[in-house]
Amino acid sequence: MEIKTMKRVDIIFAMEGVDPVKVVENAIKRDQDDIILDMIDSGLKGRGGAGFPTGLKWKFTRNEDSLEKYVICNADEGEPGTFKDREILDRVSEKVFAGMAICGYTIGAREGFIYLRGEYNFLLKKLNQKLSVFNAAMKKLGLDFVIEICSGSGAYICGEESALFESMEGKRGEPRNKPPYPTVSGYLGKPTVINNVETLVYACMINRLGAEEFKALGTKDSRGSKVFSISGDTPNAGIYELELGMTVDSFVQEFGDGDTKAVQVGGAAGGCVPRKQFTDTVIGYEGIPTGGSMMLFNSTRSMYNVLHDYLEFFTEESCEQCTPCRVGCQQLLMGIEMIKRGERTPAYLEDLKKLAKTMKISAKCGLGQSVANPFVSIVNNFKEEIIY
Amino acid sequence: MSKYTVNLKINEIPISVEEGTTILKAAKELDFRVPTLCYHEDLCVAGNCRVCVVEQTGSKALVAACAVPVSEGMEIHTNSAKVRSARKHIIELLLSEHNSDCTKCYKNGNCELQSLAHEYRVGDHVFADLVTGKHTIDNYSPSIIKDDSKCIRCQRCVRTCTELQSVSALAVAYKGDKQKISTFLDHPLVEVVCTNCGQCINRCPVGALIEKTYLEQVWDAINDPTKHTVVQTAPAVRVAIGEELGYDPGNRLTGKMVGALKRLGFDSVLDTDFTADLTIMEEGTELLSRLKRALVDKDPDVRIPMTTSCSPGWIKFIEHTFPEYLPNVSTCKSPQQMFGALAKTYYARKKGLKAQDIVSISIMPCTAKKYEADRPEMRSSGYKDVDYVLTTRELGDMIKQAGINFKNLPETNYDSIMGDSTGAGVIFGATGGVMEAALRTAYEIVTGREVPFDNINILPVRGMEGIREAKVKLEGCLAEWSFLEGVEVSCAIAHGLANARRLMNAVKSGKVNYHFIEVMACPGGCLGGGGQPIPTSKEIRDKRASAIYQEDENMQIRKSHENPEVKQIYEEFLGAPNGHKSHDLLHTHYTARNKY
Amino acid sequence: MADVQKIIGDAVKVHGTERKALMPILQAIVQEKNYLSDEDMISVANVLDLSSAEVFGTASFYTFLDTEERGEYVVRVCKTISCHMAGKDEVINALEKNLKIKAGETTVDKKFTLLTANCLGWCHKGPVMLVNDEVYPELTPQKAVEIIQEHKNR
Repeated sequence: MEIKTMKRVDIIFAMEGVDPVKVVENAIKRDQDDIILDMIDSGLKGRGGAGFPTGLKWKFTRNEDSLEKYVICNADEGEPGTFKDREILDRVSEKVFAGMAICGYTIGAREGFIYLRGEYNFLLKKLNQKLSVFNAAMKKLGLDFVIEICSGSGAYICGEESALFESMEGKRGEPRNKPPYPTVSGYLGKPTVINNVETLVYACMINRLGAEEFKALGTKDSRGSKVFSISGDTPNAGIYELELGMTVDSFVQEFGDGDTKAVQVGGAAGGCVPRKQFTDTVIGYEGIPTGGSMMLFNSTRSMYNVLHDYLEFFTEESCEQCTPCRVGCQQLLMGIEMIKRGERTPAYLEDLKKLAKTMKISAKCGLGQSVANPFVSIVNNFKEEIIY
Repeated sequence: MSKYTVNLKINEIPISVEEGTTILKAAKELDFRVPTLCYHEDLCVAGNCRVCVVEQTGSKALVAACAVPVSEGMEIHTNSAKVRSARKHIIELLLSEHNSDCTKCYKNGNCELQSLAHEYRVGDHVFADLVTGKHTIDNYSPSIIKDDSKCIRCQRCVRTCTELQSVSALAVAYKGDKQKISTFLDHPLVEVVCTNCGQCINRCPVGALIEKTYLEQVWDAINDPTKHTVVQTAPAVRVAIGEELGYDPGNRLTGKMVGALKRLGFDSVLDTDFTADLTIMEEGTELLSRLKRALVDKDPDVRIPMTTSCSPGWIKFIEHTFPEYLPNVSTCKSPQQMFGALAKTYYARKKGLKAQDIVSISIMPCTAKKYEADRPEMRSSGYKDVDYVLTTRELGDMIKQAGINFKNLPETNYDSIMGDSTGAGVIFGATGGVMEAALRTAYEIVTGREVPFDNINILPVRGMEGIREAKVKLEGCLAEWSFLEGVEVSCAIAHGLANARRLMNAVKSGKVNYHFIEVMACPGGCLGGGGQPIPTSKEIRDKRASAIYQEDENMQIRKSHENPEVKQIYEEFLGAPNGHKSHDLLHTHYTARNKY
Repeated sequence: MADVQKIIGDAVKVHGTERKALMPILQAIVQEKNYLSDEDMISVANVLDLSSAEVFGTASFYTFLDTEERGEYVVRVCKTISCHMAGKDEVINALEKNLKIKAGETTVDKKFTLLTANCLGWCHKGPVMLVNDEVYPELTPQKAVEIIQEHKNR
């Protein structure tokens, strides 16, 4: 397996020599299909966590025959341990806008929306100011594309793309059945590209730098770099753009506090990597994929508390429409509490693991399906801490 | 344009189905039943309960059979080890959040979750019991009880209330472990826009929504020697009661039902059809008088179109939603309430009974009738005109409790007086029936001739289209109705409150002009009422409808104005339709209500 | 008192009366008065031709669209894992003591409501809290109390 060593990269936040409006101006001189070919060639996958190839998403949406299409920037970053999109929007929002405009041009959309989580309302004023300048610049370029901001109001599940559409449509943020996928039927039932904030910046930068420069980074399955949100027991908490394809071990060498016993990769919905697996685990789509959240735990931390926090989070943030997630989250949480209190035997953990596996294959959306990730990985690797 | 055909395999068996077909339906074509809970064919697909998950070769996750359309080359397994294990888990999870005290549940024996638990032989409860004291039971409504401890959040009720009825009294509220099915601010149903139609009850897979039952009160009345019990049966009950007693849908069981009611011990078994005929006399006269005021007197105060008033769900709906149209509603009470008012006046006098000694009971396909009977407007006799309302389902329970072998019962006739009915009264039970009955009578009054339809079956007003229109031209009018000569009476019919809302919005916008509108709150009319046997489906409702129209065709008399007892009551008691006495006993007015 | 009819009217001018206008309208009301009263929800339902239950059902889905009365300043302390590890409990305790209320409650003078929240997106700078829309990262119990004190004096 191809493995990279830890390397810092500066694509996302770099503004020197980058004029986002100019990037759009150059892009819209090109044929849409060429842009898509470049995007596919770059190997860029969605940076929100699910990792769907961005170029294909654009292509599918472009191929849909519809007068109305939409570009949506998913800025509903709610995964515990993730805070990169806030920083990106705060520092380089024009690059996000440019990514959206290029996408709009490519797929044939005239409207774009940024769904900004309510927790980031303090960014609104600044973003709207920058947006009016950007929208005016697009008009000047002769590009019929306008971006607006929609605010969320505090619901983790709205980061799930179809729940986000529901929310934008004025409804409860409950995920839809799939298919149909957003490329066919998204916001208001129209073909929609929905990309994460970071993905759109990379889209902008691939148009600026060319696909070659982007795909020179990373591995075969995980091209390019990625912005990581690093928190927990680390002396260097913060936001870092790193090349994909490193092992958890090389990551911990750089960011650990010397006593790291586990790294939660991908937030509450991600998996927990214990020390013994650090060297064998690659951060990337071939190993453990992540939306960017890296949370380090040292030996002073109780993994029971960590798991309990995650389960409490899911229990409160589940939309509760489907049975496996609604009841499953509550059962897992109550289950570990009961074992801890001695009301159930440790053998009950096995029942709960089976339940988690059922949730993974039967829940309606990604949230319910991913609860099993932290549960199984923490229970498997820190069983004693959960029981005693 | 013909749709593409998609080839797939289900449990190794090849099948070709139309593009867009769900896995669930494709499996059904091969006679594989995939269990469902949140799915209901009357409603949009939710895909929430996940009981219908099946395995798709090549996909790690299971897919919801109700929600996923077939695709070319798909291989589906509906009963693989993976499916069975997940499905059983899901059933166990549902049971862990469900008050599973089945023996005390009203739905015991007719509960979809109970059947699934039985089918999958769910044994020991693996998971923790999540049913704690936190759940509320709303039993303030005279019609509906909502017990959240039994709710499995399938949202069928919400979809029913929203899609079919456009009432949206019920919604999903909160998220996380606090999520629940709720009214506005969780107010009791009786305080919000709920129309008591009971369609949610018909579709609740468990016992979270049930009718409030008055069985014991009715037994007490029967067993009280000082009381004279009068029971009336609505038209739609006779074609559905069989479903409670082991018959297939669509059996006409009028005679056996009457026989059973007698065996149950009711002192007098009478027919709501009688007052349905009376309603036609009153409402038809009212319509003609409104038309006269509009066309001849040019009275600016007369309100056209006139709408029917038989359906109590519709009445409560218009009170909340279109209060400005209350003057358009016929002032006639519903047949149930006309019957109640007459039972304690006319009937009492004829039988030499005191009103206070009569207990008036009705068997209705309806839960809103329970609320209607409780209305303050419905005490014209000086007493509660109808004391207790039972649903078709509750009548089924009584017959079973009494140990009556229904199938072997002889056919029995209704008692007299107020037991005579016509085919026109019978068809009140189907959408369009009131319209048809009214036209049969009004046309003949005005022209002296029968309605110009083959065998007086006015087919344009029949059927299951949500909104239907019909026009009948009045020609050759009798002298006293000459002002109607050449007038084309324009009618519209809606069933299901979502259709009623559409129709009323069209009326409001001025885009349509009608003289007469029939609205039934429930899909299919009363035959699809909230008090009818469960389950319900379009197929079942169609069968009940054809049974109703067969009943009509088999009647000796098929026009309300020819009902001998109706003629008799006008001669002996009421005087003329819309006369003074009628006005006191048979008519009323309704008032505007809150919008939440 | 906030003139809710005016807020709704202004929001409708921008967002229209389709269903998709619901969130912005509710948000505009909450922006002004920090919560949605029963009457507010009924008013919005009437304007958008929705049932009040649907408006309530939608609002109650979103943590920030409170349907219970809230104070002038809504304090939301993040309680998710990294803030937990960084000492959110101590911050909450200090605030409870200072405001003389428990988390979930509102002060008698209706000035402050103290709530906990799920991940606010400042995991590298926890503990963190929001006071209405303003964010305060890298809290200590003392710092949190000072911020509240400063709001008391506003």
